[in-house]
Amino acid sequence: MDFGVIERNWNFLLVQGLVGLGNFAGGTLRLAVPAMLLGFAVGLLVGIGRLAKSRWIRTPATIYVELFRGVPLVMVIFWFWFILPRALGVALPEYGIALAAFVVFEAAYLGEIVRAGIQSVPRGQVEAAESTGLSSAQTMRLVVLPQALRNMIPALVTQFIVLFKDTSLASIIGYLDLTKAAQIVNNREIRPFELYLFIAVVYWLCAYGMSRYAGYLEKRLATA
Amino acid sequence: MSYQFDWSVLWSAQARQWLIQGVATTLAISTLAWLLAVALGILAGALRSLKFAPLRMLAAAYVEFFRNVPLLVWMFFWYFAVPPLLPQALQDWLYDHGAEFAAGTAALGVYHGARFSEMIRAGIQAIPKTQLEAALSTGLSTVQAFRLVILPIALRLIVPPLTNETLNLLKNSSVALTIGVAELTFQTRQIETYTAKAFEALTAGTLIYLILCLVIARVMARVERRVAIPGMIAGGGEH
Repeated sequence: MDFGVIERNWNFLLVQGLVGLGNFAGGTLRLAVPAMLLGFAVGLLVGIGRLAKSRWIRTPATIYVELFRGVPLVMVIFWFWFILPRALGVALPEYGIALAAFVVFEAAYLGEIVRAGIQSVPRGQVEAAESTGLSSAQTMRLVVLPQALRNMIPALVTQFIVLFKDTSLASIIGYLDLTKAAQIVNNREIRPFELYLFIAVVYWLCAYGMSRYAGYLEKRLATA
Repeated sequence: MSYQFDWSVLWSAQARQWLIQGVATTLAISTLAWLLAVALGILAGALRSLKFAPLRMLAAAYVEFFRNVPLLVWMFFWYFAVPPLLPQALQDWLYDHGAEFAAGTAALGVYHGARFSEMIRAGIQAIPKTQLEAALSTGLSTVQAFRLVILPIALRLIVPPLTNETLNLLKNSSVALTIGVAELTFQTRQIETYTAKAFEALTAGTLIYLILCLVIARVMARVERRVAIPGMIAGGGEH
């Protein structure tokens, strides 16, 4: 056992690998945070689309969700790795490919959270809003979504934890995240036990911290 | 796009063989990992419902640690970090008999065991306390009460979330390609490497995953209908 390997590579593992600040494009958080924000924006459209009255909106949204939830994320990453540079006609950095894959993949799961959140708002709210003369778009934007969002918060934090862990899979296409950083150091120093245990603890600290926070939010929302 | 489609690459004897082997390996690793996960899940789920604090905390530590770390990290951990800690004879044996498959099964099973146990715990908590009290008052020991009364009911209650988690396990088995397990995604990549026909290869792999998920969901829906407990909170809603 030689945990000095962690100390020697502290900056590379955490500043470069976990956060994404350094000489290389990379970082677990630099991928996870934008993927969550953009994924939620797309997920909002998907979730609302799933509940649309028109079949022309509802069916594609449903197919989108079922398709991406039925395929492994690894497969989706390979799809983007292959298709995106060809479709756009330019070579893309791993960051762009990984971000696109995560946004599209997560939007399917986030869409389901949005849908459940919207459905948790009592019908009476919609009827009351419409009877005051609001259009259905206004009702959604001003009455339903604000309440739905509040109900979604714990599920969204949980989904962010899932996404945070899943970003480790971006290392498969060479993206320099925490897992890839540990791999690189391990190739040089051959300390698999120390390195993989260390990054497991780092992931754990972040994910467990967030899950405690989600629990706290849930409790606060339940009483408020 | 100047891509030339050539679907015939999927029908060569070699590609067919790779895909069949890939599906077989995916099903094999998923089944073994599923059995391990259910066993660990039942054990940890039951321990977490006990009054005895040390066992409860041990189970909680297992669950919280394993499910909050990415599966990929566990793959690397079980494959690269664990074998060197084992006795030399066992190491040699492992490397001769597919260490990737063993490590992949362990990673997948132990990771999903932590997730299964949360569902099983929820199932146990959904059972009214009076059931346990009634079982104990008939003279059953705690272990007997769990084995004969609580667990059978809890397992029937959790079939719907179990289906979902089983599908997650199947999809997650693709992560094992990172340590060299020749499962379906690995074989898909292999066809791509040999034929340079990525679109066709990925389509084949994607469709096979979708079909596998669909079949499992169908089978589990059947199981769900059969084992639903009429009148219970989570069961028999449609009867």
